[in-house]
Amino acid sequence: MSAIVQVLHLALLLALAPGLTGLVRWIKARALGRAGPAPWQPYRDLRRLMLKTPIVVETSGPLYTAVPYVQLAAIWLAAGLVPAFSLALPLAQAGDLIVLTGILALSRFLLMLASLDAGTAFAGIGASREMMIGALAEPAMLLVVFTVAVLVQTSSLPAIAAHFIAEPVGLRVSLGMALVALVMVAIAENGRIPIDNPATHLELTMVHEAMVLDYSGRHLAAIELAAMLKLVVWLALIQALFVPFGMAGADAGLAATAAALPVFAAKLVAGATALALFEVGIAKMRVFRYPEFLGGAVVLGMLATIYLYVSRGF
Amino acid sequence: MTDLSYDIAHLLAGSTLLLSFALLYQRRLTAVIKVFAVQGLVLAAAAAWQAHVQAAPHLYLTAAIAFGLKTLAIPVALNRIVRRLGIHRTVETALGIAPTMLAGVALVALTIMLVLPIAQGSALLTRETIAIALAVVLLGLLMMITRRNAVTQVIGFMSLENGLILAAVGVQGMPLVVEMSVAFSVLVAFLIFGVFFFQIRERFDSLDLQYLEDARDRGP
Repeated sequence: MSAIVQVLHLALLLALAPGLTGLVRWIKARALGRAGPAPWQPYRDLRRLMLKTPIVVETSGPLYTAVPYVQLAAIWLAAGLVPAFSLALPLAQAGDLIVLTGILALSRFLLMLASLDAGTAFAGIGASREMMIGALAEPAMLLVVFTVAVLVQTSSLPAIAAHFIAEPVGLRVSLGMALVALVMVAIAENGRIPIDNPATHLELTMVHEAMVLDYSGRHLAAIELAAMLKLVVWLALIQALFVPFGMAGADAGLAATAAALPVFAAKLVAGATALALFEVGIAKMRVFRYPEFLGGAVVLGMLATIYLYVSRGF
Repeated sequence: MTDLSYDIAHLLAGSTLLLSFALLYQRRLTAVIKVFAVQGLVLAAAAAWQAHVQAAPHLYLTAAIAFGLKTLAIPVALNRIVRRLGIHRTVETALGIAPTMLAGVALVALTIMLVLPIAQGSALLTRETIAIALAVVLLGLLMMITRRNAVTQVIGFMSLENGLILAAVGVQGMPLVVEMSVAFSVLVAFLIFGVFFFQIRERFDSLDLQYLEDARDRGP
């Protein structure tokens, strides 16, 4: 049973990813007063990219063509570790929150290597900025992980979610701070405004788009799909840690698992709407201010850990 | 007191602390004033919640004063001062933003080390509230030290006073007279600051307090 759920989970997350990104774009367009492309436009874009002939940089090595697929596989694996609608995930036994952080860092590292391999100046700028963001975002993420792990006494994601569902710990100051810190890290990791602008190819300050500028065809399709999947993984992670309610238990039957699907869909739509409205309301930040933004996330994560020890129960 | 009401009181106090960090983080004068107004609003909500939980009606008055002064009157007045004096709109810092934030975290850790042994015997509620309130006070002080512009220093002072009120409403049996006198002395201080702004500005063509020190060095 749980193996079926795991396969369903992986397939569903991959299939939903372009739709979610399309939904965010559609809500953003609507909020700005434009008609905007339909939410299923990313599926068409990916199909178009798949059909095109990929052009590979002449001076690049074998790494360049391998990385898009390896990166997609790494993020797909990360998706398998995060409970979305059911806690019955055999794969999650193999890796906890720290492994998840490592896999996400690995996919980021691979993409940076590939963009350096392309050998163009612009991709190099993108990689160096991505390194700066990664170096600051990962400590913040780990601090959030420690906060939750100390509170629940485990770092396994399904166990944390199950604990929060079974015995709610209430509105904790630490958890509130950890939530804000994790959202800030998620914004940086997914390259959303104010850290990076996902909607443009033509800006000197762009990060992710600069790294993948030389990719085309099915390689670009794999990279774009990986980025879309990453957004779903982060939304699933935030909901699994902070609002795990409505998920099917580890030993739930088929009916209970099916009943949990609409709840997860509703959470995704709520997350997409919040993200779109936040992005519409805020301007992109200067590159030199990234350390302050992410430093703020680190500070919040640290405060969350500190306050864990003064609040009740410890 | 039930767990939920305790949690909400804490969340409000924690938000106040968070906004203190937001004050340190801002780079624009108008944004600083806006964040300060939001902090006043959260403080008023915290006071009103304590009034509800402790069944102490006089705390509603504290909440009303906090809302009226901190959320409406003082931010509006500060905005008018900034506009009328035509001050440079960016925050001038004596220490960079990132080191200031790190110093802030160190201060929070210090308050916890300080408060935990002292308040060991008292109720858990008081212990945590006092830790947060003391942190807000120290962050206000930090803001006064690390900002060079007089307006931001005044905001640091006001947010320091927010911490005092936070501590006062968290402890049961705080007499109303004390809170009233604190609130009004702050208001008077604000008026005096206002007069000083205009005087400093007239004398030095700037609100940067560096000039005051230079003037002192030269002697009479």
